[in-house]
Parts: sequence; C-alpha cells; structure tokens
Amino acid sequence: MIRFILGRLIKAVFILLAILVFNFLLIHAAPGDPAAVMAGEAGAADEKFLADLRARFGLDQPLYMQLWLYIKGAVQLDLGYSFRQQMPVAEMIGDRLPATLLLTGVAFVLSLVLGVTAGVAASARQGRWGDTLISTFALLFYATPLFWVALMATLVFSVWLEWLPGFGYSTIGAGYTGMAHVLDVAKHLVLPASTLGLFFTAIYMRMTRASMLEVSRLDFVKTARAKGLTRGVIQRRHILRNALLPVITLAGLQAGQIFGGAILTETVFAWPGIGRLMFEAINQRDYNVILGVFYISAAMVLLFNLITDVIYVIVDPRIRLTT
Amino acid sequence: MMSFWKRFSYNRGAVIGLVILTFVIAAAILAPILFPQSPWKMVQRPFLPPFTQDGLLLGTDALGRNVLAGLAHGAYVSLLVGLVSTIVALAIGVPVGAAAGYFAGRIDDALMRFTEFFQTIPSFALAIVLLAIFQPSLTFVIIAISIVSWPPVARLVRGEVLSLRTREFVEAASLSGLGNLQIITRHILPNALPPIIVLASLMVAQAILLESSLSFLGLGDPNIMSWGYMIGAARTVIRTAWWLSFLPGMAILLTVLALNLIGEGLNDALNPRLTRKSE
Repeated sequence: MIRFILGRLIKAVFILLAILVFNFLLIHAAPGDPAAVMAGEAGAADEKFLADLRARFGLDQPLYMQLWLYIKGAVQLDLGYSFRQQMPVAEMIGDRLPATLLLTGVAFVLSLVLGVTAGVAASARQGRWGDTLISTFALLFYATPLFWVALMATLVFSVWLEWLPGFGYSTIGAGYTGMAHVLDVAKHLVLPASTLGLFFTAIYMRMTRASMLEVSRLDFVKTARAKGLTRGVIQRRHILRNALLPVITLAGLQAGQIFGGAILTETVFAWPGIGRLMFEAINQRDYNVILGVFYISAAMVLLFNLITDVIYVIVDPRIRLTT
Repeated sequence: MMSFWKRFSYNRGAVIGLVILTFVIAAAILAPILFPQSPWKMVQRPFLPPFTQDGLLLGTDALGRNVLAGLAHGAYVSLLVGLVSTIVALAIGVPVGAAAGYFAGRIDDALMRFTEFFQTIPSFALAIVLLAIFQPSLTFVIIAISIVSWPPVARLVRGEVLSLRTREFVEAASLSGLGNLQIITRHILPNALPPIIVLASLMVAQAILLESSLSFLGLGDPNIMSWGYMIGAARTVIRTAWWLSFLPGMAILLTVLALNLIGEGLNDALNPRLTRKSE
C-alpha cells in the first residue's frame, strides 16, 4: 500500500513539474517581453521599470537558469508577484482557496449522493415512466451550460422568489459570529453548490444506471435471486456494491472538470474562491495570477486523484497495486 | 444504409435531435441572407422586449442590437467551432491512439503518459490559460478547445486498435506484405470507425459548450457574435432584461441536447449488438 501511494506521489510530482515547465514556456511564448507580460503591462511600462523587473526576477539570466529559478520558487510556493494587486500570488490564492474547497467539496458530495440514488432508482424502474423521467432530467442537465443554469437560478430563486442570496459568500456588514455566521454562509452556498452539483449529478446518474443494469445481468445476481433473496437486498448488497466501482473511477477522473465548473459558478455567484480570482485576473491580464491558479488547481486535482485511488483500493481489494 | 436509417429512426429522441439540428444548421446558413447587416449594428432603442415590434421579433439588447440576428449569426459560430475543433481533436487523437495501440510496448507507454498528462490537468483552466496568454481569436479558440478535447479520442482509438490488431484479417494483411501504416489506415481504422463517429458527435456538443463558456468569460474572439458572448454581455442586466440571457442559453441548450440525442441514435444504429445487450 505504501509503495503504491509513493508511486502515485512520484507520478504526481512529475506532472506538476511538467506543468511548471509548460507555464514557463507559455510566459516566454506570449507576445511581448516576459517582464512586461509578468507585470501585466504589455507595451505600456517604461524602460527603466522593465529593466528593474528583469534584474529582480532574474530575467537577464540565461533561459535554463530562469527555468531553474522559476521551478525552485514554485516548489517553495513562491508563485510570483501580482503587480495589479501589489501582493504575492501565493498569498492571494491562499486567501481564496478555502472558499473553493468548500464549494467544490459540497457540490461533489451532493452530486455523488444524488447521482447514485437517482441512478439506482432509475435502473430499478428500467423502461417505466420513472426511469424515463429521471433519464430525461439527466440528459437535460448534461446539455445545459453551467453558467447559464447559474444565472437562471439567481434569477428565479434570488431575484424573483427572494428565497436565497444569489451573490457573495456572506452578508456584508451583518457581522454574524458563531452559528449565525455558519448558517449565513450555508445560505449563500445553496445556489452555487447545487448548480455546480447538478451537472455532475447527471453524469453520475447515467453512469450508475448503466453500471447497475450491466452488473444485474451477471451470473452471481442470478444465483442470489435463485437463493430467494429479496429484491432490495440484491439491489443494495450484490449489485450496487459492484456497480459503484466504475462510478468511483469516473468521479476521480472528474476532479479537474469540477474545478472548471467552479470557475464558472464562482464567477456568476461572486463566490470568493480561486475560480473567481482567475476570472478577475483574466480581465486584468494578470498572468502571474492566472498561471498560479492553474498550477494550484492542478495540484488539488492530483491530490484528489490520489485520495480516490486509495479509496478505490480499500473498496475493492481485488485491485492489484500497480502504479 | 437502409437498415442504418431504420435503426437510427427507431430511437425517437434521435429523430427529434436531427430535426432540431437541421433547424440550427438552416439558421446558421441563412444568417447572412436574412440578416445581411452586421449583428453588432445598433438598429433600435436598447432593451426593446421581444414580440413588441415588427421586424425585430426578439427585441434588442442593451446596445440596441437585433437579438434574433445575433442568435442566427451565433449559430454559425457555434457550429463552426464545434465542427472544426472536433476535426482537429480527431486529427491529434486518432494517430496518437492508433500508434499507441498498434505498436504497444514503450511507444504505448510514452504516448499514454502524454495523454494522461492532458487528461489529469484541469482542462477548462488550461483552455483559459492558453486564451489569456495568446490574444483570443477564432483560430485560437478552436486550437485551445482541440488541445483539451483530444485525450478521450486517443484512449478510445487505442482500445479499439488493441482489440483489433490480433485479429486474423490483420495478420493476413501483415503476411501479404503490407506496411504498418497501410495496415492501420486501410484495415484497422475502418473497423474502429463506428465508436469514433459516436464519440465525435458528442465531442461537437462538448466543444459548443466549451466555446460558449469561454466567450461568456470574455475569452472569445472580440469581433465575432456568439451565444456565450451574448449571455456574458446580458449578465449585468439580468434583473431588468432576463430574456437577453435566457434566449441564447436556450439556443445552446437545444443545440447541445440535439447533438447528444443524435449521438445516442448513432450509437444504436452503428453498434446494434451493444444496444440489444443493454436493453
């Protein structure tokens, strides 16, 4: 087990290094002087300022030295400096990361629970109207642009019905503390988390349904039926346990997608996470921030993949521990 | 061919999808004829609600531009980006997957590591990074979408080639002295075509969603009217003019839904054995 985790860790480190090299090459491939690009002032900054920047960030050194400095910095979580915000990028991301983890975590659990439940329900009613209804919903959510669902959810539940806040992380200036603060944040979380979750609910539901139907045709299910076990027991203990494996694999692979969805959801709901940070950085052409968020999000995804791998091995002992 | 059509139309959803898609394609083709003026041109006072004025069926947006003209021109952009970026993604994914599956061993290892890298990193964030650093133009939007959407093709093709390459007809072709390239392109790939076609139809749908998300964030070509841009521009006025965000969103939803339905129909028609198994 430890060897397995170590192997995965080494692989993750290599992927992160590759991303750093990729980021580095991008800065240098971007039109204009790298110093100007990093300062986010392509063409506008004066010559002395740029010369200072070059010296400060080692841009006057040969390329391989620059790459080395860049990687060394990133490993120590020095992700450069945002000249727009006059703040180190790592600090900006650190401030915003908890909000993103909360949003994506809640959305992920929500979509997995809802998706698996709906998938099981649909497969048990295969071909009947209940199945058709659930499958149609899944198909619709699968085809709907996430940012549009978010906008429509704000419109209906926040503007028209005034049930839930459609904006921000907590009520500004309310000064809630303790339990009241938690409830306030939870209220603000409902719309973003459910919009982000619904898209993935559709995916997990389709996967669970297909997987349940496939497993239910296997011989050991026939045996269980012949033994006289009830339908419910067979569904839960025999089919579901086996059908869950591909769903877990898929869920692990979807981690990157959830972060992509978070960029859109956070943008619409003004949720102060790193996705929103990335959106703000796009508008300001703040490249250090964009690349920093990309790097950190990839690190998060790799960590999440590692966790799902471990869960997978625990759930299914038949899996051989190869890296 | 007849039985293909029969199996396809047996899936009612697929036929509905085909009808919707035909309508969208017609809108895209007819856009320059029905709305010869630029969709960016101001034609009336801003915020004209739908169905209130002849000739401006869906009203005007925040800058007085014709919404219906924007939708029609947007259909062209969506379909173009969806189609071209899928073709480019296939052009990357098919050779990578075919080489990995056919040559196996070290080549397979290296190519699959490469594919895995692109599959692990957050693809939407990667597309944003690419478009933020290079100036967004239609070409770059297409390139960015292709770069993030080819890995599933490579994996699918690799799996198909792996299972086909030990078959007798491939051995026969090899014994008759054909080169590797000819065996792959003339004997293996044609047999792997059905699942690739199904995947391609779903990829067009995903590419359209991706394009709309990118233009929504302001990373689309600034000179081209697209559905995502229309929603992004109408976002700030959602309280007063919700239909400006609602209409382009419905256009995206219907088009993507149609392509997904067609994909399912193609799956039924091209892999008949598979369907019967899952019924």
